[in-house]
Amino acid sequence: MDFLISGTHINPVYLIIIGFIIGICGGFFGVGGSFLAGPALFFFGVPMNFVVGTDLAHIVGKSIVAAKKHRALGNVDIKLGLIMAAATILGVETGAQIIQQLKRHKNVDFVVAIAFVIVLIGISSFIAWECWQTLKMGKTESTAKGKPRRDHSAIAYIAKKFQRFHFPPMISLPSSGIKQISLWTILVVSYIGGVFSGFLGGGAGYIRMPAMVYILGVPTHIAVGTDLFEVVISASYGTFTHALKGNVDILIALVMHTGAAIGAQIGATLTQYFHGVRIRLAFVPLPLLGAGLILYSLITGHHFK
Amino acid sequence: MQSGGRRNHMASRAKKSASLGSFLLELVVYAAFVFAYFFLVLHFLGDWLKHVFDQNKTLYAFVALALIIVQGVGLEMLTTGLLRIIRRRES
Repeated sequence: MDFLISGTHINPVYLIIIGFIIGICGGFFGVGGSFLAGPALFFFGVPMNFVVGTDLAHIVGKSIVAAKKHRALGNVDIKLGLIMAAATILGVETGAQIIQQLKRHKNVDFVVAIAFVIVLIGISSFIAWECWQTLKMGKTESTAKGKPRRDHSAIAYIAKKFQRFHFPPMISLPSSGIKQISLWTILVVSYIGGVFSGFLGGGAGYIRMPAMVYILGVPTHIAVGTDLFEVVISASYGTFTHALKGNVDILIALVMHTGAAIGAQIGATLTQYFHGVRIRLAFVPLPLLGAGLILYSLITGHHFK
Repeated sequence: MQSGGRRNHMASRAKKSASLGSFLLELVVYAAFVFAYFFLVLHFLGDWLKHVFDQNKTLYAFVALALIIVQGVGLEMLTTGLLRIIRRRES
């Protein structure tokens, strides 16, 4: 099928399948799925500026469905989500402006692809290391106390350090079980996530979700739901600003969303059966798969049609 | 005692399969709407979208956002509403 807006030719069945897989991942892990959607679109021959904008567009629709499901399950901290959305929007605009600069210098494909690979490998390695530490710690604790804990992290002390950082205004987030945290910590974390979102596409949940768990100290299931809620707002803005800059092929986004919408329903339902470290551990191979797709396309110059 | 436990087990299995059935029905109806929506957009708006993309980026940005939001929210609401009507008629 020809997608005239981006000037690409892609079999829509592949887009639906990719959409379905990332829909399940999105509903389950609380991430938009750009760690797979972006690399897959690039692999199919879509120019990188359209990859970024189109990925953001398809994530809006899918995140709404998944966020609604998580809200019904009580996994959304609305107060935290709204604060984060404001800073994320600023970050998204920064990222979109960087893409515009790269477009002018005609090296957007290479720079974004390399940045994508570095980020994806970094995230995957970090989460794998943290899960390994947590599982080791859990084994010792469960042997000692006779019962395993449901959701904890080996590096929870980092979150505690950030929560002790007293730079006013301090706020409390009862829905996330956080007694006191500096507003600035939340804003900085969200802004950085937003820059990644605007620069690499998608909701950048692969940055924000771990940051919420490890830096802000939000429980994993609340981080999943709140991230999706926040992504709805920030990705809507991202779609709009990228569409204004001519970086969105809405027909590709609609095809991907046909699969993603169905997958998101299944993924959100699956979170009821898994907890904390298991969700994080299952996430580890996915960014690596995305990095592999980008590296293959970069090295061989071949795109899959 | 044993037959009471068995009855409870059977009741819980029936409840689980009923909720799975209801989830699957919702999924099928929703999938049908999502696919139909895409083909309607492609058929009626495909060429127009390319024209708007070339001529007026602001209008294109609003239309693009609206199309994806309707696909996400509108169709889910339509599915939920339709299933509610079906269940009310059944009961």
